Amino acid sequence: MPTLTPDNLRDLELKANDIRQGIIRSLHAAGSGHSAGPLDMSDVFAALYGTLMRHDPNRPDWPERDRLLLSCGHIAPVRYSAMANFGYFPVEELLTLRKFGSRLQGHPERVTLPSLESTSGPLGEGLAQGTGMALGAKMDGQDFHVWVVTSDAEHQCGLHWEAVMTAAKFKLDNLTCIIDRNFIQIDGSTEDVMPLEPLGDKYRSFNWEVLECDGNDMQAFVETAERARAVKGRPQVIVANTVPGKGVSYMEGDYTWHGKPPNTEQTEIALKELAQARERIVARG
Amino acid sequence: MANLVDYRKGVAQVPTRNGFGEGLVESGTRNPNVIGICADLSESTRFEAFKKAHPAQYVEIGVAEQMLVAMAGGLASVGKIPWIASYAMFNPGRSWEQVRTIMALNDTNVKIAGAHAGVSVGPDGATHQAIEDIAIMRVIPHMTVVVPCDSVQTKKATLALSERWGPTYLRLGREKSPVITTEETPFTVGEAQIFREGGDVAIVACGILVYNSLMAADKLSREDGIECRIVNNHTVKPMDEAAIVAAARDCGAIVTVEEHQKHAGMGSRVAEIVAQKYPVPIEFIGVDDRFGQSGDPLELIEYYGMGIDAIVDAVRKVAKRKPA
Repeated sequence: MPTLTPDNLRDLELKANDIRQGIIRSLHAAGSGHSAGPLDMSDVFAALYGTLMRHDPNRPDWPERDRLLLSCGHIAPVRYSAMANFGYFPVEELLTLRKFGSRLQGHPERVTLPSLESTSGPLGEGLAQGTGMALGAKMDGQDFHVWVVTSDAEHQCGLHWEAVMTAAKFKLDNLTCIIDRNFIQIDGSTEDVMPLEPLGDKYRSFNWEVLECDGNDMQAFVETAERARAVKGRPQVIVANTVPGKGVSYMEGDYTWHGKPPNTEQTEIALKELAQARERIVARG
Repeated sequence: MANLVDYRKGVAQVPTRNGFGEGLVESGTRNPNVIGICADLSESTRFEAFKKAHPAQYVEIGVAEQMLVAMAGGLASVGKIPWIASYAMFNPGRSWEQVRTIMALNDTNVKIAGAHAGVSVGPDGATHQAIEDIAIMRVIPHMTVVVPCDSVQTKKATLALSERWGPTYLRLGREKSPVITTEETPFTVGEAQIFREGGDVAIVACGILVYNSLMAADKLSREDGIECRIVNNHTVKPMDEAAIVAAARDCGAIVTVEEHQKHAGMGSRVAEIVAQKYPVPIEFIGVDDRFGQSGDPLELIEYYGMGIDAIVDAVRKVAKRKPA
């Protein structure tokens, strides 16, 4: 199993930092949108596009590419910023987020930007579509992997569990569900709004392989995801424990940042903090 | 004009869902990417034969209609052509948001067969009688909506829709219904058919009530000397606007006939076209803002105002409303 070299690790952490800066800039330009989730999933997206996934930004329709579905479409800024930073489109395009005529719709639309793989936003639907893609791959003997990024709160949707049951029935070991376990949703803590714990045990009882890690620790997440992908005979879930708003001090851990963007002053502070974090990564060597 | 229908010398009685079952088997033979996904209703939706003929192309997911649509969307995204089936009340009834987002907005090549539509489901009662499905499907952009008139046409529609790209809804009935078309009767998605010529009133019908419309036309010819044009308007979306405008222009009055709520169904679409392009008086045959109930299928068709005599009365009424 490939282990990250110090150089790989540094490069991925720098990418995550770039992604966070892109998120802040695009949300500020948009004047609306979600901040906490995109920031806390930046490390996961850097890992997926930077090392885990088989993909080629110059061939977005490559049939053998891994499929990445963002089920919780409201954190689209992290996907857009990741795609821009990995060469799918110019980084400047991030400033069109949520604007009329943009490919970067408020919630992801595959028809306007095919490499999104699915249209999402209505919660609880991504794993179900990913299950279909993974089953299709099995039917045709294709070996691409399907990654589905979900929020924790969308585990309150019934359809998600229909998908969990179905993926287990068909032993879809080419399917990995990643949970952004940040414990927040619009109305407050997930455990107050509708308790999800014990979340991992729920998946175990559905015959899934359950892995857990710090979703903001690049090394830990990459190693966990590689272990997940190697599992045979059953689908896997990674409970990625994250800090909402990760990387911007005044947002971290505050659920009120779920669904709003930073204003101009807050944007400057956030970008300054991220620039300093970047310098620390570079200085570490 | 060659006869497209043969119904006067007694007709065979076959449920439209049987035609779907036959068409699906043949579609799966023609193209191995055609797959069938079923939500625990393989016998009622006539998936049994497909399951036997093409086991590797068949998927069973249990009682999970939202999953049915969402998973089919995923399969379509990797090149499959999924036909998914449940009762129309549950798919698209229960799964409507997934149909809108994953099939239509995301433009995936998923085909829904909605079985047990209409009050003619019979004894199962109102919970299982979909009479709002045309309305909720025709309002979705990019959706194709087809309501064939008999089992022979349903088979042709199934084959045609399997080969035609795009999100699709095919409406099926449970009960045996008259077979009025023949193997030779053509079928093209989006092209309405004139089953009987007449210049006094146009009856624009879809589904199994096309037969009642033909019978009503014969009765009106005998008793009133009113000659009706019968339009088999099998494609509710995209509707054949030229055929509807021609019916309005040539006959000057229209009766629409469908086994569905009068509100927002096929007849409402006809009225939208006629109001804009060629206004003429219209009467609507359908369920009048009520739910169904248990009963014998034919008894329910009569009770809810969709029998032959109800159509006859509607034609007489609309004929009187024609401007002098």
